Amino acid sequence: MEFFRFRRDIPFMRHALVFNVVSLITFLAAVLFLATRGLNLGVDFRGGTVIEVTYAHAVDFGRVRAAIDKLSLGEYSAQSFGASDTALIRLPLKEGLSTAQLSDRVMNALKADDPSATQKRVEFVGPQVGKELYENGALALLLVSLGIVAYLALRFEWRFAIAAIVANLHDVVIILGFFAFFQWEFSLPVLAAVLAVLGYSVNESVVIADRIRENFRKMRKATVMHVIDNAITSTMSRTIITHGCTLLMVLSIFFFGGETLHHFALALAIGICFGIYSSALVMAALVMWLGVSREDLVKPDRRKTGPEGEKILP
Amino acid sequence: MNRYPVWKYVVIGLALAVGLLYAVPNLFPEVPAVQVSSSKSGIKVDSALLATVEEALKGAGIAYRGDALDPTGVKVRFADPDTQLKAKDVLQQKLGDNYIVALNLLSSSPQWLASLGALPMYLGLDLRGGVYFMLQVDMKGALDKAADRYTTDIRSLMREKKVQYGGVSREQSNVVLRFSSGEERNKARIEIEKAFPDLQVREQDGTGGELRLVAGLKPEAQKRIQDGAVQQNITILRNRVNELGVAEPIIQQQGADRVVVQLPGVQDTARAKDILGRTATLEIRMVNDDPGAIDAARGGNVPLGSDLFQDRNGEPIVVRRQVVLTGDRINDAQSGFDSRTNEPAVHVNLDGTGARIFKEITRENVGKRMAIVLVEKGKAEVITAPVIREEIGGGRVQISGRMSTREANDISLLMRAGALAAPMEIVEERTVGPSLGKENIQKGFDSVMYGFCALAVFICVYYLLMGVISTIALCVNLLLLVAILSMLQATLTLPGMAAIALTLGMAIDANVLINERIREELRWGATPHAAIQAGYERAWGTILDSNVTTLIAGIALLAFGTGPVRGFAVVHCLGILTSMFSAVFVSRGIVALIYGGRKKLDRISIGQVWRPAGTATAPAAASASPGKPVKT
Repeated sequence: MEFFRFRRDIPFMRHALVFNVVSLITFLAAVLFLATRGLNLGVDFRGGTVIEVTYAHAVDFGRVRAAIDKLSLGEYSAQSFGASDTALIRLPLKEGLSTAQLSDRVMNALKADDPSATQKRVEFVGPQVGKELYENGALALLLVSLGIVAYLALRFEWRFAIAAIVANLHDVVIILGFFAFFQWEFSLPVLAAVLAVLGYSVNESVVIADRIRENFRKMRKATVMHVIDNAITSTMSRTIITHGCTLLMVLSIFFFGGETLHHFALALAIGICFGIYSSALVMAALVMWLGVSREDLVKPDRRKTGPEGEKILP
Repeated sequence: MNRYPVWKYVVIGLALAVGLLYAVPNLFPEVPAVQVSSSKSGIKVDSALLATVEEALKGAGIAYRGDALDPTGVKVRFADPDTQLKAKDVLQQKLGDNYIVALNLLSSSPQWLASLGALPMYLGLDLRGGVYFMLQVDMKGALDKAADRYTTDIRSLMREKKVQYGGVSREQSNVVLRFSSGEERNKARIEIEKAFPDLQVREQDGTGGELRLVAGLKPEAQKRIQDGAVQQNITILRNRVNELGVAEPIIQQQGADRVVVQLPGVQDTARAKDILGRTATLEIRMVNDDPGAIDAARGGNVPLGSDLFQDRNGEPIVVRRQVVLTGDRINDAQSGFDSRTNEPAVHVNLDGTGARIFKEITRENVGKRMAIVLVEKGKAEVITAPVIREEIGGGRVQISGRMSTREANDISLLMRAGALAAPMEIVEERTVGPSLGKENIQKGFDSVMYGFCALAVFICVYYLLMGVISTIALCVNLLLLVAILSMLQATLTLPGMAAIALTLGMAIDANVLINERIREELRWGATPHAAIQAGYERAWGTILDSNVTTLIAGIALLAFGTGPVRGFAVVHCLGILTSMFSAVFVSRGIVALIYGGRKKLDRISIGQVWRPAGTATAPAAASASPGKPVKT
């Protein structure tokens, strides 16, 4: 079996401008959603209490709400979680109320109302901790970006580093845009997924960058555009198969991993899909715009690959 | 051509053998067990205890499936949870308060594996159920308390040294004194600096020309007090956790002012929270030693104005209701030795007011007993009830006689617990019920299994034999990953299990890269042997680069993540390392084993290799393919 049969190189770079405009539009849309709707931050970042309760039967939300209303805790939300017999109750942070006791009070009220109510999980995050987790997350994102830029600049060239990080941060922003648009809950595992995607997509950019470098050595007469087209075309097959495989795994997490991993898997899936696009088309186009040339890449390695390079000459 | 040196096979074989050994314990199911450990430092867990436990169980007719003694305590396994609960009650009754009897789940893997250090993976709270608390120690509270103590001390000092002052008060964590003359202020300053080296005194005039002296703690003293407060709270928490009977509690300091408590397997989370969050106060009261008082109280007729309490050994004691002193008058309590008799003793240090009251009380009550009562959550316990031998002035009290070093330690610790602890607040809580933990394990396992199966089928169909080899390499990857996680006893969480799935999905990348490269080489006319050679060699650089970038992301997550995210990062990072080994090293070894020996190799089973009809149409081909050193 062989899925990909390219008779000639696909002239991706001829349409580079189109791709970049498409990227820019998606990117701006994502930024717009982030700005207008904002992320639906989970309890990890916002602080507050989450209680997961199961019943022996399907949840009667009317009764659940009535029971909690009696406590007059102010604003809260109760919705079903995963299965029909499970309810998730979210209580925001409240000044002057000891949250440690809050979940107990809610549970007692629910148990009094229906003895089959069982507490499955409680998560409480105080305001200070939430803020710290948020800051640490942002710091991690920054450090990952810097680390990757540094490594790629060292291993390849600064143009690749810049192009790769721009392309992949664009993925990150788009994932966040999705989360903002659909108001999916943004929690710690989702942040982990976003960072993992960042590392993973860069992976993709590296493969293409590697091929571009190799092509510069081998295809002495080809234009830069041609070299890049060939690099993308010849790695296309592996790109799609690898991402397809990873996506298989992610879908497996999505379907079998339960509610807790739901958004985690979703973030990964979006990231993987956009990763293919951005590495191949955004990164390569950016490298081209930044004016990469044969001399930039081939020179430092000449001594090492010289003899082989001679042989390659037709 | 594609032969692999023997030493490489030896390395692979060794890695596989070690991997298997350490991964195997995970296959054995967990069985219910009871774990007995000592709750006090002086009580040893030894073979005598093991014998007592065995005897108690036999006496109660409870069948057990084996027991063992290890440094953490005596562990006894049972057939089912019911027997386990029954055994726990029996042992608790038999052994009393000196031992912690806790329910636990233990792996049923054979002893010889455990003795090799081969243990199952350490499951995080979201997989086994339990409670995670992060508590914040109120540092400002600790400093305020210290300032309160200094306020009284300075007041007594001023009186003692006959300094004329207008007033002493606490303002935040500073002590402020007012004076009417600069001369007196100077005198006070000198005296304070002499008496309290931890204080930094400066002159600061208030509005309206008021002469003031502000004394604040020096930074190093502040730090000492804050560190002390955290340590103190950790000690208190440890004591309370002991009371809960948790098999493997974790209590550790995090950052400057936080304490993390993890209680795996705790079922009754409300009680855990209750016990951890309780505030203790210390009271000193007089013992009611009237003849007949004890008997009357035992008969349910407690004398008027008295309470019936128990001491630490469970003996009843009648104590007067009037509180002589409260814990906040105690500056410190340390265990040590009586300077005259060399017996173990507790040295208590009272603040100025406390000392004055104490002097009065002891003068009036020589020969009587006083009780030191620790009140926690409405439950009072008499820590000790010493006899007053003489009038005690100066605020230095020594409690001694008829106690062991360990008892002295315990008493001083409990006194500090009641008197000194800075307030604590729960700032993060994650509670997972045991049923959810089991569900999570199942979900995590399902994600990995179904994903892996789908992946394996696809790869085998697409790349045929090379796909099978890739799948084997992936299995090796999984095996090594599980083995390393078990070996390091890294905490496995649900996101960690997702990371296993994800890592496998990403690890296949290396094999796809290699296989696609081999196909490409074949497409441009390389011989099978050369194609394999070139495929592995050329793909290696790419694999390395791409894994390093993924590793950077993983390490950042490891550094900044907490809880479940950290679990994800650990698995992710380790997975990248094992995948490099298995995808390149192991798969190459298998390929060499299958194809390496054949002198003449016509084709590789790697699926259909499509060749464009006119090779010349592909521009890369013209320059790339003939350059290869093609030899078989």
